[in-house]
Amino acid sequence: MTESTSDKIPVTVLTGYLGAGKTTLLNRILSEDHGHKFAVIVNEFGEIGIDNDLVVGADEEVFEMNNGCICCTVRGDLIRIMEGLMKRRGKFDAIIVETTGLADPAPVAQTFFVDQDVQEQARLDAVVTVADAKWLSDRLRDAPEAKNQIAFADVILLNKIDLVTPEELREVEARIRAINPYAVLHKTNRCEVPLSAVLGRNAFDLDRILEVEPAFLEVDDHDHHDHSHGHDHDHGHGLKHYHDEEMQSVAFQIDGDVDPHRFMPWINLITQKEGPNILRSKGILSFKDEPKRFVFQGVHMILDGDLQRDWKPGEKRQCKIVFIGRNLNEESLRSGFMACAVEPQH
Amino acid sequence: MNDLDYDKSLTSHVEDIAAGDHVVAAAFLEGAPAFALANGEIVFAAGNNRRIAVHPDAAILVTASDSRLIVTGGDDGRIFLTSAAGTTQEVANEGGKWIDAIALREDGAIAWSVAKQVRARDAKGVVKSFEAPSSVRGLAFMPKGYRVAMAHYNGLSLWFPNIVGEPETLKWAGSHLDVIISRDGQFAVSSMQENSLHGWRISDKKDMRMTGYPSKTRSFSWSSDGEWLATSGADACVVWPFHSKDGPMGKAPKECGVRAPKVTQVAFHPKSPALAVGYEDGWILLCRLADSAELLVRRTPDGTPTTGRKRAAISALVWDSDGKRLLFGAENGDAGMLTLPV
Ligand SMILES: [Zn+2]
Repeated sequence: MTESTSDKIPVTVLTGYLGAGKTTLLNRILSEDHGHKFAVIVNEFGEIGIDNDLVVGADEEVFEMNNGCICCTVRGDLIRIMEGLMKRRGKFDAIIVETTGLADPAPVAQTFFVDQDVQEQARLDAVVTVADAKWLSDRLRDAPEAKNQIAFADVILLNKIDLVTPEELREVEARIRAINPYAVLHKTNRCEVPLSAVLGRNAFDLDRILEVEPAFLEVDDHDHHDHSHGHDHDHGHGLKHYHDEEMQSVAFQIDGDVDPHRFMPWINLITQKEGPNILRSKGILSFKDEPKRFVFQGVHMILDGDLQRDWKPGEKRQCKIVFIGRNLNEESLRSGFMACAVEPQH
Repeated sequence: MNDLDYDKSLTSHVEDIAAGDHVVAAAFLEGAPAFALANGEIVFAAGNNRRIAVHPDAAILVTASDSRLIVTGGDDGRIFLTSAAGTTQEVANEGGKWIDAIALREDGAIAWSVAKQVRARDAKGVVKSFEAPSSVRGLAFMPKGYRVAMAHYNGLSLWFPNIVGEPETLKWAGSHLDVIISRDGQFAVSSMQENSLHGWRISDKKDMRMTGYPSKTRSFSWSSDGEWLATSGADACVVWPFHSKDGPMGKAPKECGVRAPKVTQVAFHPKSPALAVGYEDGWILLCRLADSAELLVRRTPDGTPTTGRKRAAISALVWDSDGKRLLFGAENGDAGMLTLPV
């Protein structure tokens, strides 16, 4: 097809446990006056009715791709629904995919990178996870899918905060940050956030990986001097530091360049080998003798990367990568990444 | 490229038709050209472009047709039969669930699917149901017996609606979309999510891999003698040989109509070994299988800014039963008909 990126329909994925407030958020999005027309894809076993012209029931059929790998999965029903929706283009300009409380967000996200027709027509805008402030800590202990949804999120709405004490809130926030320090976190009642907090995030747009995730800039930035980014989310400073036994995020930085002939094989090998454990990965890299920044992101084994804008004059050339996943071997990842540096790192 | 690059141009024999919305299918009903549109309408192109809102406020998702009837399934969950006279008959209502696939048999039997549910309605109107192991994306009636082939995840099932018992299965890992059966009933071919075709010789379930497509194959057409299968999805029309008992196993396909844009629709001529090929940029060529000679049927303007029309993929392509007229439609609602010069 001859369509440019700007023609692609943005897709917002809403995840979260039953009762956390997903439907509240969905109805808020649909009822507010924003000039958008949404197609809403809801799971068949959803909570309640949704007031929208174009609502499609999905059956969450997760299919393995033909490489036989357990993490390389797509939502077959979503591919089918997208094909049908494209016949009604003009009736909507954005899509919301609601998933069940038990759903793993990865197959949904991977569908938008793997299926060619879907990729040509739509782009994943963000994964938004709604969590219940009172019950999330418990769910993180007993439900692996709750952890997945937090780890995968670009935006987290920690909802129903009026039901918890300030101490409980700090506790649950620290638990979220132990798993995913990079998501934008909003503390809400009845999912009251401006729509701009959940829509139009461009969280999967390589151009905007830095812009939408200012927390990303603060990796290893111990003096926290650069807070002039105007976002209203909380960075988690001053929180109790938790370590989640199973799910972590790790981040590494190299001052100066990496050698692309070392880095590319390494990142490919790591994501192939550790793909099932790596939920999300992102990075911004300075390649030797390359005037442009290389930006990549990944979902499990699926990587998407490109050379982006030029390094600005005076901008410090450095490389940063982040992995969010399960049972990550931080030391081996660190040494593998450091070995890609052109200048030896200390 | 201009018209002179082709052996001959037929563009002056093409009559433009304003179908008005994304053309989902084209058909000749008792010889009368008709289009099924994404906006739920069926348009009869002859005379005054008579429009019938068959699926009001809904989209037509899937269709099947023969020389008399077109059957349409919509995102309203309804299935209608429309005749050449413009009369419509509702044959099913699945309560708002999308109709995912549809097939029509010569005797008027219809099969359709809604997610995993597959139903077959025989010529007398008796409906039988079957639950497939996963959602069904493609359906086809087999040429012998009252039997439905269905494509789903990990292969095909061949179901006799009137016989109790488990259907025969043809397995291959992956997500199967459309299914087509050879004229002699010996081979089944499916298109797959991962840009390839898979075939089986039904008698011994022997597998055939047909790979190398840069995009999904969503249009198939058998040659009039049933010996060749033309397919879309590549930057040429890829035509597989089925004349031996091994089908295309170990044989290279023929290619015709090679261009940079990808092929979206294919239609073999009903009498001659030639085929019409529609492309993603709206072009149509007529190609002779023997020597790949090409005639230009339709070209779209190079510069969209001046015309204001976006180049749109050919989404429907069909010959009349005599092979004298070729009807086509595009995703932007443009359509037309070629009448071959005598
Ligand atoms: Zn995998």
